[in-house]
Order: sequence, then structure tokens, then C-alpha cells
Amino acid sequence: MSSHNQTVTIAPEQVNLAKGSAWRFLPIIGVVLAAGGLGGAFALKTGHEHQFWFSYLTAFYTFLAIGLGGLFFVILQHLVRAGWSIAVRRLAENAMITLPLLCLAALPIVLFGMHDLYHWTDTEAVAADVMLSAKASYLNETAFKIRIGVYFGVWTLLSVLFYSWSTNGDSDPARGAKNAARARAFAAPALFLFALSLTFAAFDFLMSLDPHWFSTMFGVYFFAGSCLSIHAFLTLMAVFLRKSGYLQGVVTDEHYHDLGKYLFGFTVFWTYIGFSQYFLIWYANIPEETMWFAYRIADDFFPLTLLLCIGRFPVPFLFLLPRAVKRNALTLSIAAIWILFMQFVDMYWLVQPVLAHHHAIETGEHHMTMHLGGLDALTYVGILGVFLAGFGWALGRKALVPVNDPRIAESIKFENF
Amino acid sequence: MSKPHKKKIYGLLAEYDSAAAVFHACETVRDAGYSAWDSHTPFAVHNLDKAMGLKPSVLPWIVFAMGITGASCALLLQWWTSTVDYPIIIAGKPYFSWQAFVPVTFELGVLLSAFGAVFGMLGLNRLPMWYHSLFNSERFHRFSDDKFFIAIEARDPKYDLERTRKLLEGTGATFVEEVED
Repeated sequence: MSSHNQTVTIAPEQVNLAKGSAWRFLPIIGVVLAAGGLGGAFALKTGHEHQFWFSYLTAFYTFLAIGLGGLFFVILQHLVRAGWSIAVRRLAENAMITLPLLCLAALPIVLFGMHDLYHWTDTEAVAADVMLSAKASYLNETAFKIRIGVYFGVWTLLSVLFYSWSTNGDSDPARGAKNAARARAFAAPALFLFALSLTFAAFDFLMSLDPHWFSTMFGVYFFAGSCLSIHAFLTLMAVFLRKSGYLQGVVTDEHYHDLGKYLFGFTVFWTYIGFSQYFLIWYANIPEETMWFAYRIADDFFPLTLLLCIGRFPVPFLFLLPRAVKRNALTLSIAAIWILFMQFVDMYWLVQPVLAHHHAIETGEHHMTMHLGGLDALTYVGILGVFLAGFGWALGRKALVPVNDPRIAESIKFENF
Repeated sequence: MSKPHKKKIYGLLAEYDSAAAVFHACETVRDAGYSAWDSHTPFAVHNLDKAMGLKPSVLPWIVFAMGITGASCALLLQWWTSTVDYPIIIAGKPYFSWQAFVPVTFELGVLLSAFGAVFGMLGLNRLPMWYHSLFNSERFHRFSDDKFFIAIEARDPKYDLERTRKLLEGTGATFVEEVED
């Protein structure tokens, strides 16, 4: 039952990784995966330049979704002064601090991959196309590079600021309280910066792959997947850490339940946004807009679109509906793994049909062919490695929870009705 | 001369001073095997449902059934009106354009779920209730202020005035009284 005496003692061995713990190998595993995956992908790149960059962008955005989701989670919890989430907030901070590393991993796209990815970088094609000429003041290489620089700068700044405020408080309760207040004050402007940078980055990196098409909901669509990803990732990490003997009595079934509610809620949110985007375009029926959906439901890509629609809504919706599923580590982690898998499917669905569409037109076959191959697997493993290296490094560096947050006791004792 | 009026008894009411006391008392009453009883607290006490041994509510199933009913009725209505009863070609699209029917389907699903939740809750709680015997007790009025109560009804098969009173007194009740029906 509840108690109104809000003090707890956290055993240090519950929130600090032991010397020989397998978790401490995570950064090394990450580096190996990154080297193997990206190295292998680069080795196979010759002759498949287009496929390489499209696969690279898919993988990058799959994991960027977790990193940006972590940043959003941290900003949001500070902004609303949430109590329940503090026990899992450090895990989100560790996911968020991979952003500087992920930005570095994205530099090759900006430096070498642009011409293979983005049709609008072809100045002759732009000059011959009245719509692309009209957009050229926004969609040109210089402006693109400056904007990407700004997004990466904003993400690095925000993640480093919130991360260091939280971790600096670990050694001293007075500083912990002061930093929590500081983070709360900065959370509102940070949310503006976050929303604008995430939206425009999605426009630039993903939407401009098909430069004729546009949707004002596109940024929110990516954001919905990003929120799903971070809550799924937090769930998985909390379950794994608890299974390996950490966070006992710190992260409880009550926290699982709330993470599950967020997974459920953002499943509905994704559907709402995804359907709204489709619905308006379907209603208006303007060729330049419907085209984008038309080649995604053509030929090989129709089953993928079906998988996206069913795997993103009815499956997790019905699965996560009962209360018991959200309070059970096994069922909740099955849902989390499924949602992380669907995030990859979603990013693949956004990025790769563009390449197939180009091929279909260039070869004159007029058939949308789907190539899910070695380059997709290798880039996925590579970027996963980059992400795990950053996350694992952060995990071992500091305690697993912000031990000196002024309301950590409230979070640990939190109970759902 | 009229016959002496025989009181009908609703049950025994026990009063407690704290949430912790009523929580542990509930565990004792639950373990003693009573079935027709309830607790009354001025605020929600976490996990009191477990201490009382209450089964999960059937309300979620009512909400789910209502939601499904709402959504399928909405879809059926739109299908029937626009393909069977009065088919009109709109914007060159098929009669059965499911995309156009999603908003109404969604809204009616949500509306009937909400009705199911609100009226289902009222029904399960037998509300509105114009009379409740417990208000015959003067002390009980403080259940919405600062006192905690357990009431065991006389219709409970295990109810026995002396034994039940003893049980309640043994749980640390500050006051136990009989309440008229």
C-alpha cells in the first residue's frame, strides 16, 4: 500500500553496473558491430552506390528515432515535472546522448551520399523541371548543408546539456535539486527547438527523397514513430536490466505499466497521424500528391504497405489493450520488440520505394521491385553498433537512475490505481 | 397500543483512524471469509482492492463490447446508405470508399466506448442510489472527511453479531456500532 513518507534508500549495487558485468561489454560489442557492419557495407558498396545510400539512410533514421525519442522523453518529463518517470529517465538520457555520435555517423550522407539520394541535387534536372526550379531556393546543396548543420548542432547541444545536468547531480544532492530546477526551466524553449529541428530534418532527409511530393504532417508522422521507439527501447532495457539483477525495487511493474500505456497511446497517435496524412491526399486526389502513395502500393511494395498498416495499428493495439499485458515483463517486451521492428519497416517504407520507383522508370520495366538484401542488413547492424556503443558507454559511466533527483523517491514508490 | 417497533439491522460499522489501519483490517476481514462487505475511505487508498480481495472489474469488457458495437454499426450504416439505399458517385470514387468512412467509424466507436464506461460504471455501482442505510449512522458522515470505515452487512452468511463485532474490534477499530437498515 502507499506510504506518504517519501524517502528511500537505493542500494548502490542495484544502480551501478558491477565490474565484470556483461553490460560493460556493450560498448565493445557496439564498436565491433559498427566496424563489421559499416565496413562490410562499404566493401560491398561498389556498383551498388544507390542501394548503399538508401540502406544507410534507412538504418540511420531507424536509430535516430530512438535517440530523438530519448531527447523528447527527457525534455517532456522535465517540462511537466513528471514524478513516475524518473526511475527510467537515466536510460532515456543514455539513449539521448547517442545523438552526437549518430550525427557523426550521418555526416557521410551529407558529404558523399547526397547525389545518390536526392534527385534535386542534379542541377540540370532541376532547371528542366518547373516545380523543382520553384523549390530551388530551399532545396539546394548549400542551404541543405547549413540546415543539417543547425539540426545536428541543436541535437548535440540539447542532449549534452540535459545529460550533464542530470549526471552532475549524482554526486551531490544539493546540486541534483538545483540541476533539476534548471532543466525544468530550460525544457520549454528546448521543446520548441526539438520540434522544429525534428520536423525540418524529416523534411530534408526523408521527404525530399521525392522532391515533388510534400506533406505538412510528415514531421509529426516521423515523431510518432520516434516516440514509439523510445518507449519500446526503455521497456526492453528496463526488463533486461531487471532480469540481470539490477534496478530491483527501483523500476517496478508500475513503471512497466506506464511505459505500456505510452506504447499503446502512441500506437493510436501514429495511426491517427498516418491515416490523416493519407486521408487528405486520397480525398483531394491531386496526382502530384497521390503519386507518393501510388508507388508504395504498387507491385512488390503492396505487401509491405499492408504489413505497415496492420503491424503498426491492429496488432499492437489489440495486444496492448488488456491491463495484464502491460504489467508483465515478457508480454510487454514482446510488444516492444515488435514495435522496434515495425519502426525499421516504417523507415524502409518511407525511404526505399523511392529508389525502386527510379529504377522502374529508368529501366522502362514499370515494375516496383523490392530488394531487401545484404546492404540493408549490414548498414542496420552498423548503425545499431554505433548506437549501442554510445548507449553502452553512457550506461557504464554513471548510475542507472538519477540518484539525487529531488523526486526520485516519489518515482520509486509510484503506484497505478 | 401498537406493537414495539422491531428494528431491521443493516450490519456492523467499524471506524478507523488511518488508511494503514483500515488497510490491515480489510485484510483480516477478507481472510475471515466475508463476502457482503465494503470499505469507505475519504480518498483512494492504493491496493485496497487487493487487501479486500476484490476481483478485477468487468467494466473493461463492457467498454470493449460497446466500442466494437459502435464502430461496426457506424461502418454498416455508411455502407448501407451509400451503396444500397442511395448510391451516389462522389468525386469519381467507389460507392464503398472505406477511407471516407473511417472518421465516423472512429467517432462512433469512441462515443459508444465512453457511454459504456460511464453508464457501465454507474450500473455496476448501482448508481444513482437515493438511499443508503449507512447514512443512518451519525459517525459515518465523516467517511468523506477524515475517518475510515468498514461495513459488514447482516445478510452475509458468516454474519454473527457477537463474533463479527469481536473480529472488527480485534482489527483496531476505534468504534463499532450496529446500523439500522
